[in-house]
Amino acid sequence: MFAYYPIYKGYFRTALMVQFQYRIAMLIWLLGGIIEPLMYLVVWRTVSEQQGGSVGGYETNDFVVYFIAMMMVSHATFTWIMWEYVYRIRMGLFSVMLLKPIHPIHSDIADNIGYKFLTLTVMAPITLLLAWFFEATWQPLPWTLAAFVPVLILAFLMRFYWEWSLAMVAFWTTRIDAMNQAYIVVSLFFSGKLAPLSLFPEIVQRAADILPFRWMLAFPVELLLGRITPRELLIGIGAQLFWLVAGYLFMQFIYRAGIKRYAAFGA
Amino acid sequence: MFYLRLFATYVRVGILGELEYRANFWINMVQSALDLSVALGGLAVVFSHTDTLGGWRPEELLALIGVYFLIGGLIRTIIRPSMTQFMEHVRQGTLDFTLTKPADSQVLVSIQRIEIWRLVDVLIALPVLATALVRLGARLGLVETVVFAVTLLCGGLIIYSFWLMLSTCAFWFVRVENIQVIFMSMWQAGRWPVSIYPAWLRSVLTFLVPVAFATTVPATAVSGRITTSTLIGTIALAAAMLLVSRWFWRVGIRFYSGASA
Repeated sequence: MFAYYPIYKGYFRTALMVQFQYRIAMLIWLLGGIIEPLMYLVVWRTVSEQQGGSVGGYETNDFVVYFIAMMMVSHATFTWIMWEYVYRIRMGLFSVMLLKPIHPIHSDIADNIGYKFLTLTVMAPITLLLAWFFEATWQPLPWTLAAFVPVLILAFLMRFYWEWSLAMVAFWTTRIDAMNQAYIVVSLFFSGKLAPLSLFPEIVQRAADILPFRWMLAFPVELLLGRITPRELLIGIGAQLFWLVAGYLFMQFIYRAGIKRYAAFGA
Repeated sequence: MFYLRLFATYVRVGILGELEYRANFWINMVQSALDLSVALGGLAVVFSHTDTLGGWRPEELLALIGVYFLIGGLIRTIIRPSMTQFMEHVRQGTLDFTLTKPADSQVLVSIQRIEIWRLVDVLIALPVLATALVRLGARLGLVETVVFAVTLLCGGLIIYSFWLMLSTCAFWFVRVENIQVIFMSMWQAGRWPVSIYPAWLRSVLTFLVPVAFATTVPATAVSGRITTSTLIGTIALAAAMLLVSRWFWRVGIRFYSGASA
């Protein structure tokens, strides 16, 4: 465990330096992740105001806080690995990664966290600005705040392992655009990004329970809003742990199968 | 007439090029269908909790989605690929070959690459639009149809001019591809009527990045709610932006010296 410490330190330093080079591009790529939740925030705020200030147990202010929190949680947990991998394999860059005596997932985790650290300097003020613009009020409960930290870390890790495994499909085909988009669409409906899950029909909610997406996004967000009971918290963490272990095993399996198939392009 | 023939030639080249990748048709089809399911699913969830959204009825929002896909399809078919190619030419210095051709350089640059399979967005938009029209009671007389067509055309021209101006910046700043990402991020907000957004965001979507003119305005025209002043304003803006982008293009092209020359 501690053997990784100096390796991660090195990875972080290079990740930060590389990303600082592309700071303008980095800012521009953030925009999509801000516009999307903002759009649904405005839509649901409008619906709620029209319905006399509350829809499906959410008041107007709850919607505002929900989507601002969703923006942050989704930013904290998102990965771009499904696009990166196909590029790596097509360009033969993956060969270099294979030569290193360490699993390639570590440099990707370090990259991702480094990016999040840098972009936090932009996302934090934007969160405050949005909260101010939409006059959000939020009273956190101390125990949910304390629970939020491990829940967010678990959400990040499970999402990372699953999307990293799905990115491995690039070993078999380099035309993954439609598959990536299918993944995004499915996760949009079942993760609570489009609307709080309790606003969906019963069948969607039950499906969301057994799919991983809700535990990546909606669960941490609802926890921040104080809408989770201690009992639900334990169930949620259990679900997260289950999906994390499953994702880890799946990653091991598909990675082994993948590198057997890999034949460097251009080598 | 000459330019129509030129356009037809580029379309033919585009078709020939993409027929080689026929699987791309199905991939684009799947992608468009997924996009549409997000748009329609969003509407379904919203309207299961309310009857109107900011004064818009479901069928009017359906028309808006139709317009959004129609214009979006045109952007992805012609404007975005052509402009991406143009920036690549500036970066590599190969724009010289375009400039030496005996036709207007702006026209050549604007239609030089056509990704024909992206037209599936347009194909998908048409039944959505038709459904919306039938549900709206189809009170569409000749006048409404003409007004709708005019706003659609103006919206398309505004988007094209805006995109051309952004791309022209490539003459000075070579690497501007990321500006396209800004546009496409803002574009998704056009799925909803701009009137529901708070004032500051509405002005961004109307004046800074003119998404509203290409989506909300034609959609109000199709539901017969467009005011005369909006109509005139849209036409005037389209004309003004065409002229300004043309002027800006000429300034830019004079600045271009060719990387290899």
